Parts: sequence; structure tokens; C-alpha cells
Amino acid sequence: MATRAVIAGIGHTAFGALPDRSPISMIVEATRNALNDAALEKDRLDAVLVKYPTSKPEFMFGQRVAEALGLQPRIGGVWDQGGAANISLISYAAMAIEAGQCEIALVCFADNPKTGTRQAYQRPRGDDAVFGFMGTLAGYAMIAQRHMQQFGTRAETLGRIAVACRKHGAANPNAQLRKPLSLDAYLSAPPLVAPFRRDDCALISDGGAAVIVMSERRARRLRIPAPIPILGFGQGQTSWDVAQRPDLTATMAASSAATAFKMAGLTPRDIDVAQIYDCFTITVLMTLEDYGFCAKGSVDAFVSDGNIEIGGALPINTSGGLLAETGMPGMQLVIEGVRQMRGTAHNQVKGAKKCIVSNQGGIMHTHSTLILGQ
Amino acid sequence: MSDAPEFPQLDITPLNAPYWEALRSGELKYQRCTACNLAVLPARAECPRCLHATLAWTAASGSAKLVSWIVYHHAFHPAFAARLPYTVAVVELAEGARMVTNVVGVDDPESLRIDMPLMLTIEHEGSIALPRFRPATTQQQELS
Repeated sequence: MATRAVIAGIGHTAFGALPDRSPISMIVEATRNALNDAALEKDRLDAVLVKYPTSKPEFMFGQRVAEALGLQPRIGGVWDQGGAANISLISYAAMAIEAGQCEIALVCFADNPKTGTRQAYQRPRGDDAVFGFMGTLAGYAMIAQRHMQQFGTRAETLGRIAVACRKHGAANPNAQLRKPLSLDAYLSAPPLVAPFRRDDCALISDGGAAVIVMSERRARRLRIPAPIPILGFGQGQTSWDVAQRPDLTATMAASSAATAFKMAGLTPRDIDVAQIYDCFTITVLMTLEDYGFCAKGSVDAFVSDGNIEIGGALPINTSGGLLAETGMPGMQLVIEGVRQMRGTAHNQVKGAKKCIVSNQGGIMHTHSTLILGQ
Repeated sequence: MSDAPEFPQLDITPLNAPYWEALRSGELKYQRCTACNLAVLPARAECPRCLHATLAWTAASGSAKLVSWIVYHHAFHPAFAARLPYTVAVVELAEGARMVTNVVGVDDPESLRIDMPLMLTIEHEGSIALPRFRPATTQQQELS
């Protein structure tokens, strides 16, 4: 892109149980914090891009958010890709800014599945319900079983993902779950939907988050305190539902990352820290493979010896991810990526200059990748 | 009135009625596209490969192979609490269509393997006839 975009501001609410807060109220709080972080006046926002609350979609939700913010944006609305939407919306903001369609975009999300309704996450899956095929985790567990059978992937490998995220979450004062997990404790827990145990699954969380996107030039002119350049982004989607997917262990992370790496002019070897969407441990493991950090089927060795923890070759989910910081679908990973590039993270990776962030949605249906730099 | 929790009900539509009716008369059917030959399940109006509305219900042999499976140790619906642990699987019919089902007749789920041959068994839950699968016998494997 001729005009490089930056993330100019980040903001979020507390994470965990936030009773009696509506998603709109949480978005307003997160936006207020993002504006403060960017030292920006609210009325400069001229795009409001919203990922809708997964647990309770609402008609014209984007307009209701803009109204609550007292804004009349040039571009606004909701985009549905499940958990991939936050990064996708950041990339659309960057493209809209380059095309002259807007100047400063707010990308935001909030949901309250913990204290509100979470029915959307547990609904029986159509006629599959008569087979007892229910729960969001079921489709991911189906993929995990195939991966374990096909590549010999071990339960310990899933466990090491959870152990790393929980270790990082324990050192993050904002994390919802600050209790570390040992590999032994992981392995001795009973199965929930085998091959998954409880610790393979994301938290359920209330919370909101927002980021502000503008051009690098505008950030300089407005004297934004700590803008972080967006170096690359990409997307990929398989529309097939799990049962119809021809290859259960191939994800769209590969093509999504290839687009992002090409745009950034980088390779996996250039990445210092990664924030990988961890709704379930299997998602992290397959994203690491498909992003090219290790060969398909060799993730067992890659995640051993603390390689994905702080101090390792590729620390992941340094704020705890969905498994420990908050179950929020994706924006917290972008925010932690920004903190790592600013050098202000609680678990700061020393000297980190490039961060990759993944978002994904459905049951590995949608994927979106973001590469941040300094 | 029984105290047992109500089993999930099917959402029968004009599109999928032939599928469930065939099962009630003891037959598993899938749709084959008469234009491009793709085999599909569940019921659709148009072929997702060639986009023609030329999908015709066709009898399946009942032979299938195991693509993947999971074992529920927690019930997300009260009707399944008394059935724990139970196995949900994705299987590929010999004709090519894939479907969600249960694998039954297996004492130890640890003995399941991807690509293992399976055979259809139709079981009844109240008025619903469900296509489930059990490991194929050696004789069934030779025939298929």
C-alpha cells in the first residue's frame, strides 16, 4: 500500500464478569480508553467498524454503536466473520483510508456471554443435534482428533499450548484467569469432549475492546504518542462445515498468512512474538504449522522446551490469550501485539520488532492475519 | 407422560423430508447431482459444485469409513446425560458424501481408527429413525 496505516490507539474494559453492562456500554468505555491512549478528539473519528456481539446479534447494531458514541461516520456497520472479523475490519479500515473513503477509523467489539446470554455458543447444531453433536468445542475436537490420528500429535502438545497461555496470563494483572497450569495437571484432568479437556477451551468472558486506525502520515501530523505500523494483513476462508470439509487438518491460516507475509515483505523467521487465536488449543497448534513456523505434523517438537513461552524462540499469547486473559474473540490479541511493539507489555519480549496476530472464526471457517512492526 | 428429558426434534422441511422418510423405511439416501455427479449430504436445493438444481435422492450402500470422532463425557443437552459417554463421528459414505453420525457397538473408543470401515445401522429414537454406524464385520468389508 502506498499509504502505510498505523494503530494509533488501543482501549479495553476490564475482563471477566461485568454484570449489568450492555455490549454498547462496554464499547463506549473501550472507545473512551482508546481515544485517551491516542490523545485524540472523539469527533475526528469518521468510520465506525463493528464486530457484532457473538452471543446476541442485533439488527443495525453498527448504527446503534455510532449513536451511543454520538458519531455520524462516513463509513459504519457490522461485519460478520465470527472471530476473524476484528483483524479483517482493521484491514478494511486501512484500505478505506488509502482509498480516501475515511481518515480515522474506530474498530470495536464487545460482548457479555458470561453474565448475559450464551445460548448462541451452545445451540444444537441443526439436525446434528439428534446425534448429540452440540457445543462449539465439538467441531474443534473433531478436527483435533483427526490431527492427532493423522500426524501422531500428542495430548502433551495440546497441553503445552494451554500451559504457555496460562503462564503468561498468570503474570498479567488484567487477566481473567491468573492461575498457572502444569502439564501434569492438564494431563490428569478428565476429558470433557475427548480429546478435549476443560483446559483446552477458551474462557467465557464479558468485555469490550477498541482500536483506532489512521495513516502513518496523519499520526505524525496529529502527534499521536505511540503509533504502531501495520505491515501486512491477509484473509482466507473455507466455507465448508466440518463434516463437509474435504481435509479436516488443512486450515485457511496458510493462505491468510501468505498474503500478509507477502504484503509485509517478511517471512516467519522475521517474527519475534506471536498472538495466536486460541479459542481451543488445537487452533494454536494448527496455526503455528500453517503460518510456517514449523512443518505440518512437527508441532510436537516446536512447542516443547518452553519454545513458545517468554524467553523461547517464539513466545505466543504473551498476555494469556483466550485461554487466560479473556475469552473475547480476538481484539485482545491485537491490543497485546500493539503493546509488544510499543515495549509496554506485562510480559515484554525483549527487543521484539515484529509481531504476527491471528484471528479466526466459526470452526476454522474464517481466518485473518495481521503483522505489526515498529 | 415420561420424566425422561425430551430428545431433540428434527426440523423437517420439504427439502430434507425425503431423507428422513427413507430412513424410516429402512434406507439411507444421499443426493447425487445428475449434472456433475457430486454426492452431497445434508439435503440441498442446488449442487454446490455446478450450481444446478439437479440433485436426485439415491440409495446408499451403507458402507462408510471413519473420518474423525469425539467422545462426549459431558451432556450439553439433558437428553444425552444418561447416554454418556457417547461417540459422535464424521463418516464418509462409500459413495463420497460425508455426514455426522454416532458410532455404536464399540466398547472402547480407544480402538477407533481413522479410515476404519463402518456399516450403517438404523436405530430409532421415538418416531425418528437415525442413521448410525458400527464397525464393519470382515464379511461386510469383503462385500463392499
